[in-house]
Amino acid sequence: MSSRRLGLAAMAAGLAMAAGAAHADPLMESGGLLDSGKLLLTGGVSNIEGASGGGIATWATIAGYESNDGVGGNVHGTFVGTPNYSLTDYGAAVGLFNRLELSYAHEAFDTGSTGKELGLGQGFTFGQDVYGAKVRVIGDLVYDQNTLLPQIAAGVQYKVNDQPAIVHAVGAVSNSSTDFYIAATKLFLNYNLLVDTTVRFAKGNQTGLLGFGGDKGGDAYKAAFEGSLAYLIDKHWAVGAEVRTKPNNLGFAREDTWYDVFAAYAINKHVSATIAYANLGSIATIPNQNAVYVSLQAGF
Amino acid sequence: MTFKHFALAAALAATSLTAPPALAQDTAPMGAPMAAPSSPNAGATPIAGDAVYKAFHEKDGIQRIMDDFIQRITTDPRIGRRFNGANLDRLNLLLVQQVCYLTGGPCEYTGRDMKTVHASMGLKNDDFNALAEDLQLSMDREQVPFWAQNQLLAKLAPMQHQIVTK
Repeated sequence: MSSRRLGLAAMAAGLAMAAGAAHADPLMESGGLLDSGKLLLTGGVSNIEGASGGGIATWATIAGYESNDGVGGNVHGTFVGTPNYSLTDYGAAVGLFNRLELSYAHEAFDTGSTGKELGLGQGFTFGQDVYGAKVRVIGDLVYDQNTLLPQIAAGVQYKVNDQPAIVHAVGAVSNSSTDFYIAATKLFLNYNLLVDTTVRFAKGNQTGLLGFGGDKGGDAYKAAFEGSLAYLIDKHWAVGAEVRTKPNNLGFAREDTWYDVFAAYAINKHVSATIAYANLGSIATIPNQNAVYVSLQAGF
Repeated sequence: MTFKHFALAAALAATSLTAPPALAQDTAPMGAPMAAPSSPNAGATPIAGDAVYKAFHEKDGIQRIMDDFIQRITTDPRIGRRFNGANLDRLNLLLVQQVCYLTGGPCEYTGRDMKTVHASMGLKNDDFNALAEDLQLSMDREQVPFWAQNQLLAKLAPMQHQIVTK
């Protein structure tokens, strides 16, 4: 409840910030730190772990609309609802000089009435904090249109689940872990197409919402794949599809590859919304978790 | 409609990937504008075929876009001061030549190369991006379809490496 209030406050602050930035634009000569780079939507949106990307995949993009000379950032709030569970998520990300991204997200995985069936209790909620850092290594998503070289970034995410006793009880080895990933994102402007492929080395069960490592899969890092394909319909609209594979470490519950199809709408460089329909497979023994995903982002 | 555009754009892009520009000009379909003279200073090779040039409403459309664009950039609070004392008539003429040439039209670009022209201006990424945004607005006003706009932007974007020096 308090985390939800904090999320709303963060969103409100973000919107106020964005409105301020929008208002300042016409008065601002170029050359300031709050500059403007990239094309609409080419900064990606905020994914569930707080990094810039698609909804479930992480891209090589750096958060915000700054150029190589400035700083940018955004806040987001996301809701994912399946027949049996819900995930609420809020966070913030800062982009420094289109080189370094620092991000934070808090996820609340609410088991709702299913919690009672699982023996956890009605409305039992797992919380997870994700602290992320991402560095753009080479390539520029927008400018590099005359070469096949993608924008490539490397990142880390430190995750802490706030239910250590329960995640141990279901078979996880730990309630905290660090993911490592390498992402390559290419914008084919002349095809209106964006392609991302990411390899993540991780131990997370359902990305860490059910802890890390497990009685079945052990505690070693496993390579998982994330991919996004986005088609830019016009300046404001992008539609696409995503896939994300995950380790499958827990004995009590199989986990499946995630898929989604999405539509993202950017009003301008300050406010965007994303809706998606996701197939999340089996979650904590309950199969066929098809989800509606709604996310709002505000920033500069 | 969008998918038709996409298919067309993809086909065009595929052509430009597989055929060197000179060859593409030699094998341009019947009814295409005649092959443009080579313009080594234009900063990029032209888009193959004439679909993009036609989507820009040919030279008249490009002229309207540039009239609007020059008005925009010289009054844009972010970058307007960059054009104090500039010869706007010549800028207009050269931009029409360059965009006509790059979109596959029958024009020659007679200006100097991108690096030389911008060398003393000390431009930053923010300037380059503001210019690109203004160009998008001018292309919108001419109702150039998004796929055709992006074909041109894909030719212009790499010029950042020559134009931005600061």
